Amino acid sequence: MEPALFPGDRPVDADLARSHKLSEAEYASILDRLGRTPSYAELGVLSVMWSEHCSYKSSRVHLARLPTKGPRVIQGPGENAGVVDIGDGFAAVFKMESHNHPSFIEPHQGAATGVGGILRDVFTMGARPIANLDSLRFGRADHPRTPALVRGVVEGVGSYGNCMGVPTVGGELFFDKAYDGNILVNAFTCGVCRQDRIFYGRASGVGNPVLYVGAKTGRDGIHGATMASDEFTAEGPSQRPTVQVGDPFMEKLLLEACLEIFEHDLLVGIQDMGAAGLTSSSVEMAGRSGSGLDLDLDQIPRRARGLTPYEMLLSESQERMLLVAQPGKEHLVVEICRKWELDAVVIGHVTDTGRWVIRATPGHDPLDHDRATPRAPVVVCDLPVDFLTDAAPKYDRPQRDDLTIPTRIVFDPATIPDPASWEAEILARVGSPNLGSRRWVWRQYDHIVRGGTRARPGGDAAVVRVPCEAPGVRIDKLLAFSSDVNPRLCELDPFQGAAMAVAEVCRNLVCVGAEPIGLSDCLNFGNPERPEIMRQFARAIDGLAAACGALAVPIVSGNVSLYNETDGRGILPTPTIAGVGLIADEGDVVGATFPRAGLAVLLLGAPGGGPLGGSEYVAAHTGEVKGPPPRIDLGAEQSLQALVIELLRERPRLLESAHDVSEGGIVTALVECCVAGDDDRAMVGATVAIDAASAAGEPLAAALFGEAPTRIVVSVAPDHLAEVGRRAALRGVPATRIGTTGDPRLVIGRAGATVAAFDLDALRDARERCLEPIVGR
Amino acid sequence: MQATVVVFPGSNADAEMIRTLRDVVGVTTLTAWHRDTELPAGTDLVAIPGGFSYGDYLRCGAIARTSPLVAAIRRHADRGGYVLGVCNGFQILTEAGLLPGALTRNAHLRFECRDAWVTPVSDGPFTRGLPRVLRLPIAHAEGRFQAAPHELEVIEAEQRVALRYCDRDGELTPEANPNGSLDAIAGVYGGPRRNVLGLMPHPERASEPLHGNEDGRALFEALVQSVAAG
Repeated sequence: MEPALFPGDRPVDADLARSHKLSEAEYASILDRLGRTPSYAELGVLSVMWSEHCSYKSSRVHLARLPTKGPRVIQGPGENAGVVDIGDGFAAVFKMESHNHPSFIEPHQGAATGVGGILRDVFTMGARPIANLDSLRFGRADHPRTPALVRGVVEGVGSYGNCMGVPTVGGELFFDKAYDGNILVNAFTCGVCRQDRIFYGRASGVGNPVLYVGAKTGRDGIHGATMASDEFTAEGPSQRPTVQVGDPFMEKLLLEACLEIFEHDLLVGIQDMGAAGLTSSSVEMAGRSGSGLDLDLDQIPRRARGLTPYEMLLSESQERMLLVAQPGKEHLVVEICRKWELDAVVIGHVTDTGRWVIRATPGHDPLDHDRATPRAPVVVCDLPVDFLTDAAPKYDRPQRDDLTIPTRIVFDPATIPDPASWEAEILARVGSPNLGSRRWVWRQYDHIVRGGTRARPGGDAAVVRVPCEAPGVRIDKLLAFSSDVNPRLCELDPFQGAAMAVAEVCRNLVCVGAEPIGLSDCLNFGNPERPEIMRQFARAIDGLAAACGALAVPIVSGNVSLYNETDGRGILPTPTIAGVGLIADEGDVVGATFPRAGLAVLLLGAPGGGPLGGSEYVAAHTGEVKGPPPRIDLGAEQSLQALVIELLRERPRLLESAHDVSEGGIVTALVECCVAGDDDRAMVGATVAIDAASAAGEPLAAALFGEAPTRIVVSVAPDHLAEVGRRAALRGVPATRIGTTGDPRLVIGRAGATVAAFDLDALRDARERCLEPIVGR
Repeated sequence: MQATVVVFPGSNADAEMIRTLRDVVGVTTLTAWHRDTELPAGTDLVAIPGGFSYGDYLRCGAIARTSPLVAAIRRHADRGGYVLGVCNGFQILTEAGLLPGALTRNAHLRFECRDAWVTPVSDGPFTRGLPRVLRLPIAHAEGRFQAAPHELEVIEAEQRVALRYCDRDGELTPEANPNGSLDAIAGVYGGPRRNVLGLMPHPERASEPLHGNEDGRALFEALVQSVAAG
């Protein structure tokens, strides 16, 4: 094949391959397999398909260890999103994905298109999106870029979800200097569909038409996937052209059109054009079906003049879909798209050659209406599909323990002097950016659109009612959503930290009465070519696997984001976990806050804050992530979660509220139980004996602020106390009475003396103002 | 009573409007597509739900006012037919000139989703017999009601203010105004017999036990009463 000449095409050689981030060995294998020099467009295609972002070349060997199966799993990882059975013929479709690099370069658009991308992944499978979560991590609160990044990302997340009519019901917000040069934006979407209407990214059936649907192609986002597989440098964010620009209204049209197309059952397969655009969507579809594709780029709807094949193949213009229609049904697809005023054109067909063949006419530009060059397409790419997918490199990269960890773990948190006033200390902690209220964030998200939000953001997990409809069936399902990870604990012990992330997400779901039915993971790490990072990654995978096994919950979808580094400094290892829970009955749902006076406050799980290593308390006082981290007993965790679900499902329900203990320790959890509700006039105080919630001989700082897992604070009506105690004993879960609700204040006592007493308004005010130093009032 | 919910391609609060009218209030509920030129026969109430009509990259509702269906809604309103515009629906009605004033960017410049309190001001088919204070959620970036001084004079003189933002005790305080609306106006009446109502808060998102707040249902029920009374 003679390489066709297009303006801007460059002669391909080893240097050009290197500048496309292909290693010498990778380029050699390309020459070897093709038996010729690739064309410029082919080189671009190979570079994105073999990028870390698309090929998972450093992570695949480890991801294979994750538990992805279970009785409810309909589709595990490998498709656009995971699919889990929610009963009565319906399924939840969900996934979490990162958009870290673009959001650091252009926070609003980066975050917005991250949300747009994950929404497409979900509705591609036939599901209407019904909830979003967003886990956000920024640099230290007083870093000069942090305010603009926080404002931009939150605005971007909100604008896209709001316009799409998908409620954003939760997420995370966390600050640490480790993210100064690499913020994390992890977006999760869940949708619901009929089990007999699930659509997959498949391109099968020789001769079946391939359709391009949605926004026109421009030059935005070219090489986004390669950029996402690279580190940043101190010269800083100068890669703005690689960031895409979102158009949520276009995506709304695309969503409604796709749902209508699904309803009429016209398709063989469908996939969103996400990272690496037309290239990866078409290659992956052919790869899953073992087929080939023949595509004609002259047909591509475009909005920029003079686009070359290289640019069209690598563009990451948003809001585009690739469809394979059933034979003879393409005109029906086009008709529905016309109703929604969307471009829809046949750009090629499925073959059985196993080859990915791309044609284009040199000099032809349909936008040149007056003097369009006559069409005479030539082959610009002719590559074996399996060479782009299965034969993509796979590395088991070298690993090494991080030798700084032992020296950091030996730090003794008891050497931090006790504060002069515990009251002032508690107020400062619960009013700090990492522990205070996130209301400023989620008020900018439409968290109630579609009218199904049962539990708004701010509790352990959000609860959304989902109307499920099929011919002759109309029922409501209640789903719960939560996302979590404590990256500091992952830094000190990646196995334990990752296991605790899974446990915490499930615990959050259980606290609102939901049974965890599936997880999605978004694994954010540094440069995998550094052996210490690779070890973190491998150990984190083992931790996730262990916890998923113990709690019998599968990981059905996810994403890996590596190279989160600037100038050789990596982020904290951040395996973000998002979970979906199924609620059997609306009467099982409780909130995190104490609902009224006169209830007993119980701690379920072993008393004691545990070692303070890696806690917010240590970070606040030393500026470092250090000290001995807590460990998790997965058997105890399983028993605790089973107990809480049992108590919530009993009738009459045996718990009045349930709240997980996590960052900031039990004192933070107790403050939240008193003042974190929506209604500032419905706050309920409590009197708590902290010694009852402590391990024997534990220092007060550890008792208050220790972040040991496997603890839930519940409130119980006096009539039910004995029964709760009996059932806890049967399951071997410690249940300790630590206080009573109803005091107008929150009073924390120890050995009969008052350690701290707070006016509830003051606590609420401190929490609500926690982001003021960053984003103002 | 028969209701028609208007669907623009960017409508996103149509689901809860339909559910509230059909399942909660129990009225026959149809939909009309933005390119339709006529409303379904027998329509008593046209409900224009929240969302982003045509994307609203221009002023919210500025393009929607030119749609064929809005012409039909105008005829319906001029005949005295009931029209309810919520959020984007309110924006469309002001752009179309069916209601006075305009809705501009919130004073604090952010999208805001939270509960607000409103108090009914003038008597009318949607507010008759409502309690003194209702808690209703808001969710908008452009909900700041504005009107020129001469327009405001007319609005006040004709007692067309339907709802004002207030605190939970019904007091009009600056803090209770969530978006900087002129005179804390949250909803405005229009039409020959106050048959058109635009409001920024979402009564259809506070209409069921699941919402933890059913204050919004009262507004729909008031209308059902009005329709029944003719």
